[in-house]
Amino acid sequence: MERWNERVERLLFDPDRLAPELGPEEAPEPSAFPKYKISRQFPHTPAGWLLRIGGLVARPMTLSLEDLQRLPQVSLRVRHHCVEGWSAVASWTGVRLSHLADLVRAEPRAAYVEFRSFDSGYYSSWDRESALHRQTILAYAMNGQPLSREHGAPVRLYSAVKLGYKMVKYLTELSFLPERSGGYWENQGYEWYAGV
Amino acid sequence: MGSAISTKPASRPLHPWPIRLTHWANAALLVVMAGSGLQIFVAYPALGPVADLAWWYPLQWKEPPHALTLGGWLAGARHWHFAFAWAFFLNGLAYALYLAASGEWRERLFFPRRDLRHAVATFLYYLRLARRPAPIGLYNGLQRLAYTSVLLIAPLEVLAGLALFKPVQLPRLTALLGGYEGARAIHLLVLAGLALFTTIHVVQVALHPRTFLAMTLGRTTLRGAPRG
Repeated sequence: MERWNERVERLLFDPDRLAPELGPEEAPEPSAFPKYKISRQFPHTPAGWLLRIGGLVARPMTLSLEDLQRLPQVSLRVRHHCVEGWSAVASWTGVRLSHLADLVRAEPRAAYVEFRSFDSGYYSSWDRESALHRQTILAYAMNGQPLSREHGAPVRLYSAVKLGYKMVKYLTELSFLPERSGGYWENQGYEWYAGV
Repeated sequence: MGSAISTKPASRPLHPWPIRLTHWANAALLVVMAGSGLQIFVAYPALGPVADLAWWYPLQWKEPPHALTLGGWLAGARHWHFAFAWAFFLNGLAYALYLAASGEWRERLFFPRRDLRHAVATFLYYLRLARRPAPIGLYNGLQRLAYTSVLLIAPLEVLAGLALFKPVQLPRLTALLGGYEGARAIHLLVLAGLALFTTIHVVQVALHPRTFLAMTLGRTTLRGAPRG
């Protein structure tokens, strides 16, 4: 049944449809944005942190935070939908994943993208179409400030088109893959596609 | 419209089998959808965005009773909910199509010009403020009003559910229902409405057991007589 629902969800997914950008009135208290983690404590960025991008790509890359910040910058202010049912709004700034996919020249047969983190092995994998959506970014700033430890510093995945548990925080590695590779919550029974 | 019913052949069941079948399927599906929906609600038993809870909702952070939930945990309940939603929708659609095609809608739906006076009279009778009005056909005016109201809000429940399922991919529907948070409030309030209806419905059936036979066997006696 989940496979059938995923087919319907993929049918409904329009790669060109953008979630509406919201105004400042939508988040009266930016500090109220919930913060989740898997580790007992919010993880600290390891010394010498680098983001590795590999898998089915012509040019694998390793990027520092400064490298990412030099790339074309975009900002999103869209509604966040958690699987639990709550919603929240914040501004997120970073670089489009589609831009990075172009830089590393991701192969067309890489239909999935896997995101790994340093939060006790938390990870997720996405369909390529959602990962390359214009509103899917690697965010290094939230509400105009560098990303805090609680929200996934130094870099996290953020997107308008997935539920919150798909947006991996504390990123360490991106892999373009020919097959889906599950995820932390997905392996425990949560829906894999989880588009909104 | 007593004439509509009295012109039928005597052997015709009070409730044709497609109505009985979809009615009982709906009863079971509604239990599954409500139970799994309440289990999903347990994960965030509040209305409104986290930073700005709805001021008008009196039960913020009150979890629904465990006995009313189905699915065990959030992920399980979501699987139940999104699987049985199809059956719930298709069964409702089959019922609506049968109602329209068979002409049964004439004596089951509420038409204000025909039924309003009788609905008010029946309501006053329940309050013991008036005598029992003369029976009219299959249902009295108040029954028609109640059943028609449910038929109107049930599609709203489905639409609000769709908006919650795909708030970004169905932007017009979501905006029409007041955004994601609006749709969530509607989804819960309509459930409350359906639950209220079902409660009164079950009490009324318990008070008038022959209606249970009618909806199960199509007739109001256990033996083969056409009508009780």
